[in-house]
Amino acid sequence: MELSDEIRNKYQPVIGLEIHAQMLTNTKAYSNDKNEYGSPPNTNVSPITLGHPGTLPKMNSKTIDFAIKMGLACDCDISPEQHFARKNYFYPDLPKGYQITQDTTPICTGGKIVIKDDEGNDKSIALTRIHMEEDAGKSIHDIDPFNTLIDLNRAGVPLIEIVSEPEIRSSQEAYNYVTEVRKLVRYLEICDGNMEEGSLRCDANISVMLKGAKKFGVRVEVKNMNSIRNVQRAIEYEINRHIVAIENGEELYQETRNFDALKGTTTAMRSKEAANDYRFFPEPDLQPIKITTEKVQKLKAEMPPLPGALYSKYTNQLGLSSYDAQLLTDQKDIALYFESIIEFTKNYKGAANWLMGDVKSYLNSNAISIKDFPVSAERIAGLINLIDSGAVSHNLASQKIFPELLKGNDSAEEIAKKNDWLQNNNADEIKDIVLTVFKENPEEFERFKNGEKKLMGFLMGKVMQKSKGKADPKSASKMINDLI
Amino acid sequence: MEITDEIVDHIAHLARLEFNGDDKVNIKKDLSNIIDFIDQLNAVDTEGVEPLIFMSDAINVLREDKFEPSITQAEALKNAPNHDSDYFKIAKVLKK
Repeated sequence: MELSDEIRNKYQPVIGLEIHAQMLTNTKAYSNDKNEYGSPPNTNVSPITLGHPGTLPKMNSKTIDFAIKMGLACDCDISPEQHFARKNYFYPDLPKGYQITQDTTPICTGGKIVIKDDEGNDKSIALTRIHMEEDAGKSIHDIDPFNTLIDLNRAGVPLIEIVSEPEIRSSQEAYNYVTEVRKLVRYLEICDGNMEEGSLRCDANISVMLKGAKKFGVRVEVKNMNSIRNVQRAIEYEINRHIVAIENGEELYQETRNFDALKGTTTAMRSKEAANDYRFFPEPDLQPIKITTEKVQKLKAEMPPLPGALYSKYTNQLGLSSYDAQLLTDQKDIALYFESIIEFTKNYKGAANWLMGDVKSYLNSNAISIKDFPVSAERIAGLINLIDSGAVSHNLASQKIFPELLKGNDSAEEIAKKNDWLQNNNADEIKDIVLTVFKENPEEFERFKNGEKKLMGFLMGKVMQKSKGKADPKSASKMINDLI
Repeated sequence: MEITDEIVDHIAHLARLEFNGDDKVNIKKDLSNIIDFIDQLNAVDTEGVEPLIFMSDAINVLREDKFEPSITQAEALKNAPNHDSDYFKIAKVLKK
């Protein structure tokens, strides 16, 4: 059912997101078998992962470091003392019959993620907590018609779960939030952020209420959205479904729903009668963790520049547009390359244009990342500085010098000199050339003099031809106008 | 604490067990005994005492993030009642 804006605007959506991020560690959370996506089934396993009786988990120190880094990036408080908890439930892809997670003492509390709201203004979404836990294995329902197949490679893969407060107010804000979280984990290099492969997963808690209401409406949880776009679609669908139900006086149930990406709809997964009772209790097999201030300081020192800080620097200090700053900070490697270029040139806008223009299109057409780009940031800066000095035109730089930069190690200036491409700014020489062109093309010269302005192009062409492309176009056109 | 039929049903469901007839009467009695036994702890005044979760003083028992080969795929699968050369096989979980 289509809702009119009038009805839609009566309601306020309330959204909280839970994001699970698989940590990019070499090994599992509590055992030293491999954490690797795409291996043959049941090869990255150990007796601990399989939950065999008598096996004991041992915590991976890297997971703790990664979780703290994410906490620092989100301005969280890092808990000085913490322990793990057992979350008990039976499911075939959970061999132990419980998940080792954190319940009462999450590693990070509070904090925030800064996103853009629907109007493009900054908005802080408060975090409830970030905690460490382990992934379950995979149940496969569509290979064998008679059985469900279990692959336990993923069982025990370390996860952090990032839980937001219900402060997200639209599907667009949710989209921006997940995008921001993905950007952060990628900058920190703690998760590859690949939603299709499930290394970043998002569950959404959604309710709607009348605007100005004090009490939240009935909340549903939606799962199984394997792209950021689908998170947005699922939320949009749910908001609509809730409003229609409320308008029609139908009852909504607190339940878990599954998103169907093909249909763009959600369906109930678990009914509320079978609500789970996880019977959390402290995990006796893992000793408590204490985190010192020194450890936090050490990790802080290892932190890369973060997209939010770079964005502010580019817009506030370097005078770049919000659009440019957004593009530059979208990927860490691009941002870091930009940081390197601007060590060698003060033309920030030029650096942004070159990077997002010629360099990016070279990367795209060769399907490589900036890490494999053969030209150093210093040599790109050299090219920008050469243009700014007036020694070469932008066109010549882009069409002739840039391809040469890709081939060897010469600087832009050396290439221009070797090929005799440096522009001629010498007024006397340009004057001579212009006068020769006038003499050789008397008819066009007369018509131009009599006001046929479109012949400027023709005359400029002749001047450039005579100078073998080296005449500075600005000086040349000025000279033509001065001499008629 | 009184153990009701509802509590037994709930716990049995969580444990994937079933109790009927005499079994149910017996398990109710057993559970009541266990709870009463543990309830004796309530007689102790624990006002102002921090909960003790771990018996040992060990903290930060961590391991390096270093891969070590463990068992093979065949070894992983061999004890399962039903498997093929790649997967554990179980009864169908989802209804089609």
